Amino acid sequence: MSILDLFKRRTSAPVARERLQVLLAYERRSRGQPDLVSILREEILAVIAKHVQIDQDYLQVSMDRGETMSTLEIDIQIPNKSAVPLAMAG
Amino acid sequence: MGKVVVVTSGKGGVGKTTSTAALGAAVAKTGKKVALVDFDVGLRNLDLIMGAERRVVFDLVNVIQGTAKLSQALIRDKRVETLFLLPASQTRDKDALTEEGVGEVIEKLRSVFDYVFCDSPAGIERGAQLAMRFADEAVIVTNPEVSSVRDSDRIIGLLDARTMRAEHGEHIAKHVLVTRYDAARAARGEMLSIDDVLEILSVPLLGIIPESQDVLRASNLGSPVTLSEPLNAAAKAYLESARRLEGEDLPVVVPFERKGFLDRLLGRRAA
Ligand SMILES: Nc1ncnc2c1ncn2[C@@H]1O[C@H](COP(=O)(O)OP(=O)(O)OP(=O)(O)O)[C@@H](O)[C@H]1O
Ligand SMILES: [Mg+2]
Repeated sequence: MSILDLFKRRTSAPVARERLQVLLAYERRSRGQPDLVSILREEILAVIAKHVQIDQDYLQVSMDRGETMSTLEIDIQIPNKSAVPLAMAG
Repeated sequence: MGKVVVVTSGKGGVGKTTSTAALGAAVAKTGKKVALVDFDVGLRNLDLIMGAERRVVFDLVNVIQGTAKLSQALIRDKRVETLFLLPASQTRDKDALTEEGVGEVIEKLRSVFDYVFCDSPAGIERGAQLAMRFADEAVIVTNPEVSSVRDSDRIIGLLDARTMRAEHGEHIAKHVLVTRYDAARAARGEMLSIDDVLEILSVPLLGIIPESQDVLRASNLGSPVTLSEPLNAAAKAYLESARRLEGEDLPVVVPFERKGFLDRLLGRRAA
């Protein structure tokens, strides 16, 4: 076992703690009601749907919930036009 | 057509989720397309073990209920290109999964992926039965301990009776994966031996995963142990088990601990 290993051993618990804090904060907040990122996702898609028909096969939504910052990425392909990637942080 | 493998146990907390992540990642690293499906509705954890908990948008129940497409719900692993996760839902409604819905999802996954690993919830109820329903093979996770082996036996009974394959008179391949094996305790005769477990269950052995701090550290970091620390003993055991699952004929070496000096001096006997 090297000194590096010892160091690694010490650092995994704080990572676990930080991951859990972020996750549980989100899960507690969103219990029963959707969180801001989900609301934005729904509303943005609704606005797009007013103008073009959204083909679910050409829609990818990804989120990354962070402690102080979350990202929401909506990647949607609109037929006969170029794909319009919308990326926003919220 | 891909293979559907259920990771099951009956008893809770024996290492199903850990094993699903470690085996799935090990297979995906060889370039195979792998999907991990969390069936633990209401108590999902595979996302956490995979380090994808912040990226969950949709889940298995959304796909079954038609609010999301399968392609939208699958989360691609950030480390291994060919590895995907389908999270379970956190709903408290245990009936959110329908057999028909699960069947459709599994068939779609089977047509796209080389391997589909289903992480079963504990118990022998509906959730566990749905997780195994469409499986071609089963990895039965067992700790070398009486209640775990007993529950494994019940699960084997279910696999032979309640799966689609069993109902159609087809064979469902079964493998025992012994986890949390403590070589020191085994040497002192405080744990069921591997031979005992295999003789009682009469199912071939997929591998023996040692009890290891590395596993805990990997789950703290949100990475399957086979990805984060592939050279550690537990990771190596998982990597070899994955190769056996793919059909390679690798001998299993029982982790071995030399009797301690004190043990020999005192001539300690089995518990
Ligand atoms: N080889 C191992 N060495 C040490 N700890 C382990 C090992 N395998 C699993 N564990 C630990 O055992 C605990 C239970 O593991 P895991 O969540 O994978 O079990 P499970 O069978 O999925 O549980 P459940 O029935 O609740 O779904 C976890 O804390 C995990 O870190
Ligand atoms: Mg589990």
